[in-house]
Amino acid sequence: MINYASREINCKIVYYGPGLGGKTTNLEHVYGKVKPETRGKLISLATETERTLFFDFLPVDLGTIRGFKTRFHLYTVPGQVYYNASRKLILKNVDGIVFVGDSQAERMEANLESMQNLYDNMSEYGYDLTQMPFVIQYNKRDLPNAAPIEDLQAALNPGWEVEDAVKHRVQPDPYHAGQNLVEQVSGGEWVERAPYFEAIAVNGDGVFDTLKAVSKLVLKALA
Amino acid sequence: MTAGTANWSFTQDDFTSITESLTRFLGETKSLCALLVDRSGQLVTTVGEAPGLDTTTFASLTAADYSANDQLAKLVGETDFASLFHQGEKGSIYVADIARRLLLVIIFDSRTTVGLVRLRMKDEIEELTLLIDRVFSRGRGGAEPGGHHLLEGADDEIDKLFNW
Repeated sequence: MINYASREINCKIVYYGPGLGGKTTNLEHVYGKVKPETRGKLISLATETERTLFFDFLPVDLGTIRGFKTRFHLYTVPGQVYYNASRKLILKNVDGIVFVGDSQAERMEANLESMQNLYDNMSEYGYDLTQMPFVIQYNKRDLPNAAPIEDLQAALNPGWEVEDAVKHRVQPDPYHAGQNLVEQVSGGEWVERAPYFEAIAVNGDGVFDTLKAVSKLVLKALA
Repeated sequence: MTAGTANWSFTQDDFTSITESLTRFLGETKSLCALLVDRSGQLVTTVGEAPGLDTTTFASLTAADYSANDQLAKLVGETDFASLFHQGEKGSIYVADIARRLLLVIIFDSRTTVGLVRLRMKDEIEELTLLIDRVFSRGRGGAEPGGHHLLEGADDEIDKLFNW
């Protein structure tokens, strides 16, 4: 939303993913690192055991662009399958999505289920995830049972077909040398993948890279 | 299917009209403060006095509260609950839907009654609905009234924002 009266650009970013994957940890790290004058309170609607019940919310000011204050509202959703009704509510009017996947091999099924759930919930609102700002974060890269990135990419970010011929040109991945976000695969069709980031959210690795990437995509989508 | 979510922009003229309307409403009902919040939880504007209120958090929680109640309404076979009322010992809030896009939140205390707020609310909703329909009829978010896009060609500036 662009508010010309208060000269503000407000955007909503939602962190999605399976339970205990690190969504809240991402927000807590951002909260702890940005200057107090550029962020609001971190609100957590959580159970007594600190599992997210409804959402976490953190407003962050990124700076000024063309005289407009850019404010990002970061939300997490509850990861547990049980809470789908409240999870879906948070997606309403979202501008950008971060999928926080759990790298542990035994969480692959939970990752896939959550990704499918994300596509389903977006589609119920009439939003096309492949056409909007969307990045994937593979969290917990430090754990010994973390699956290889190639396996995670193959399962969670295999790419979607690019139908528009105008977009049939190689688009290098700015975050990974030698890889492409848009490319022609062996079958001949063109596919596009979401940008991905490796992270260890608990000590902050990759948290700001992810946030920067999705925020930039959101602002460029407005341009 | 749309590519993204509904974007919209809000001009100085919209702001002036909405502020005038809400100021009149606050005076007539002796309420403290009115907040206009979009359904995604972003604050559009505040009119009146709300000392110490964290309006950003308030807006976000209001939208979540209203959305949750919307779903509760559906579970009991209603399309929606057109308004919500939360009564406190000193302060109370009344939340109403505007054109299925925005929420109007009125904060009031014992200087008035929920009956008076509710009574005047119907006319206020009609007035604001007309104003808001005008905002949304202008179309996509980035466009200023003249059709110019605020962030067009701003890629460099956007990149600079992220030089943390």
